Amino acid sequence: MQISARQSTAGTIFDVVGDIDLAHSPAMRKALLGEIKEKKTPKVFINLKNVRYIDSSGIASLVEGLKASRDIGSRLILFALNPAVREVMELSRLQKIFEIYENEEQALAA
Amino acid sequence: MLIEAAVRAHQSKTRKKFRQVSSPLRHELLLKLHLHSNPEALGLVRAALERATEVMHFPEPDSRAIVRSVDEALANVIRHAYKGRSGMPIEVVCSRLWSGKDTETPKGIEVLLVDSGGAADPEKLKGRPLDDVRPGGLGIHFMKQSMDVVEFHRKAGKNLLRMVKYLASPKKLSVVRGED
Repeated sequence: MQISARQSTAGTIFDVVGDIDLAHSPAMRKALLGEIKEKKTPKVFINLKNVRYIDSSGIASLVEGLKASRDIGSRLILFALNPAVREVMELSRLQKIFEIYENEEQALAA
Repeated sequence: MLIEAAVRAHQSKTRKKFRQVSSPLRHELLLKLHLHSNPEALGLVRAALERATEVMHFPEPDSRAIVRSVDEALANVIRHAYKGRSGMPIEVVCSRLWSGKDTETPKGIEVLLVDSGGAADPEKLKGRPLDDVRPGGLGIHFMKQSMDVVEFHRKAGKNLLRMVKYLASPKKLSVVRGED
């Protein structure tokens, strides 16, 4: 898995490529919490277009990020989920807990 | 090898159990993996299992369900049974299940996971309510949701997890935990 950050006028966008599993979720967690807790970025976006698989540890990292963002009054926004990732969000019953958009354009406009 | 002996004993017992019930299922070894408790190994197992389920013509959602369940089970072994220690042995045995004399259409896939880590905590095997939004505790829920059979056993100091997914059959979930 690779995670890179870029800036837009709306906030910080993380582009994630690869599988978010037990081996890689700590890196995503660290990047997310650094952006939310330390930099206190008001809007953090996660581009999941190139994520083919996410496991429960990856979901746990997203939930931690969501809780941290709620704690400081910022927003964590997900976009471009493929069917496999969407399926896991639904199994976890988290699809209505997270802000999820179809694509980057819609997410940035939110 | 102790793990292999435990697998053979369990498969023999399972076959006997099936013979006693109405629909005997034959096991055909499909895939056997010996791996270490390193998170980096999970991607390889997922790839192998994905291919195995394709060979068996599982529909894509079922294939994803099997891969996800085994991946979550292995992650639990690494995190809980071995408490994050790397280099510890795990065995994954996948078998094609056949019904009676049918040699055309397999009945389903059985995946056995064997490790020699600490005994599983019965409380953690129950999972947690999904309304409680917090990190962790989802893996067991994914397994129970996705597979037709999920059975935990503790035998001769080993943890045995048996999961079955049937091909095009009514959903019937059996969750059993036993100790011998």
